[in-house]
Amino acid sequence: MSTVAVKPFLEVQGIKKKYGNVEALKGVDLKVSTGEALAIVGDNGAGKSTFIKILSGDIAADEGEIIITGKKHKRLNPKTALAAGISTVYQDLSLVNSLNIAENIFLGREYKKNLFILDEKTMHREAGELLEQLGISMPSLYTEVGLLSGGQRQSVAIARAIHQGGKLLIFDEPTAAMGVKETAAILELIKGLAQQGFGVIVISHNMEQVFDISAYICVMCQGKVAGYMKTDEVNPQDVVALITGAAELEDNINFRGKQYGHAL
Amino acid sequence: MDMRFRLQKNFPQILLTGVLLTLIWVLSLSSEFFFSWENFRNILDQTSVHLLLAMGMTFVIASGGIDLSVGNLAALSGVVMAVAMKAGMEVLPAVLLGYGVAVLFGMLNGMVVSYIKISSFITTLASMSIARGVALILTGGVSIYGFSTTFKFWGTGSIGPINPPILLGFIFFILAAFLLTKTLWGKYSLALGGNENALRRTGVSVNLYQVSIYCFSAICAATAGLIMTARLNSAAPLAGATYEMDAIAAVVLGGTSMSGGKASIIGTVIACLTLGVLRNGLTMMAVPTYYQQLFNGIIILLAVIISKMRSNREQ
Repeated sequence: MSTVAVKPFLEVQGIKKKYGNVEALKGVDLKVSTGEALAIVGDNGAGKSTFIKILSGDIAADEGEIIITGKKHKRLNPKTALAAGISTVYQDLSLVNSLNIAENIFLGREYKKNLFILDEKTMHREAGELLEQLGISMPSLYTEVGLLSGGQRQSVAIARAIHQGGKLLIFDEPTAAMGVKETAAILELIKGLAQQGFGVIVISHNMEQVFDISAYICVMCQGKVAGYMKTDEVNPQDVVALITGAAELEDNINFRGKQYGHAL
Repeated sequence: MDMRFRLQKNFPQILLTGVLLTLIWVLSLSSEFFFSWENFRNILDQTSVHLLLAMGMTFVIASGGIDLSVGNLAALSGVVMAVAMKAGMEVLPAVLLGYGVAVLFGMLNGMVVSYIKISSFITTLASMSIARGVALILTGGVSIYGFSTTFKFWGTGSIGPINPPILLGFIFFILAAFLLTKTLWGKYSLALGGNENALRRTGVSVNLYQVSIYCFSAICAATAGLIMTARLNSAAPLAGATYEMDAIAAVVLGGTSMSGGKASIIGTVIACLTLGVLRNGLTMMAVPTYYQQLFNGIIILLAVIISKMRSNREQ
């Protein structure tokens, strides 16, 4: 159920990033629209995590532009990225274990009764409503996040990303450390988000998952976009070939020529 | 929250209250002078300085840091107040100047820790030495004494059954409890200690909060300095040495996690009172004060070990 957007929600051009002498990103171009799920795949060290950390403002790019709903950004920080509508569920989840579920969901966006006093009651109520709306069941909202299971922690992180008001949600390896049942629930949740009109970027190693949830696939290899394609027009073997760099360059160009910038 | 969970969560504080009550009971039996308002007032008075330092220290440790400079900072603010008054300044501006210098040190601590990312241990170890050095330079190494009655009131005056140090200790206790449990500042102090990166990634200006936490600790130290100087009617450049150890002992004993993220103001207060009663008891039993340092060290070590074992079990 992908919506036809007039302009992509997010467009990046020529993103480069070096760590010392290592070129992590050698000029990445990409467009993402809302209402569809894009999977970014690639080998370890392909630059996936660096790329999404730049999108979420966690680190700054050396070169390149990030254009969000038509507005150009030279560099983002977590605050400006969030304000522009990009919310990220990090691989490490970025939760505060010693705080409870509601506190984590509202972290950085707390309600106050007046200048000083926090409005815990409203925050707990809304956190409960949000989780219910997302179909996530939790023990008491007063439970410390450190005591939750992997899937529950992931759910809290997702709930927070949605609560942050993100239009584009980025998931870095969302099911890396999760059981089968929990994984299925999280994938359903992510698919549902794209159907509800969110833009979704998922970074994953798992081909089955990628084909299950994404509408488009972006393959990264050695700091560059090696291919960009519609998920239902390729098979996993092609994608794996691109990931490992085994596919012919000619094919890559064909992939890109056909599908690049589809949202325009 | 159900009862069992609550009990489990507040176990260190409950245990400590038990220790405190037992201590009071034993000391009451062993000395007829112990169980009197006179003596309790004395304990509260003596504890107030440690309590003030421990209030600030609770937030610093909760945020994942440590502030070793507080004892020397208390001495320095007292010295600054004294020098200013001797130079003809009125009491209020002189006291404010003392607070101002302390806050400058707090800002220095906080900025080096947050912006330059140097460990709080090393940073405050250095500022601890700087504070002591400045205090010695300002005084030429000699105590300054003889202040106006208005100033001395803050150490020796009376307010009904209590005195200003006890009142200040109580005010800071209430303030700290309010800040920790009701305000954003308290929540972010815990979040900073729990997962600094997570807090930063939600768009919070983490550095600003970190600096303000060290400033709060410095304000607590300046208040302690005010009491120490007014009480003795003398600003000694070497006062307050090792007070940071008492504060750290109280904070850890009170159940605040040494690795940050969890804190209990009431725990710190009970721990301060326990240490105060213990000190009082040791004095009554004529145990030389040298032993008190030894006890303090052992208590810190035990508290840290227990805290570590608890957090290991929780994982």
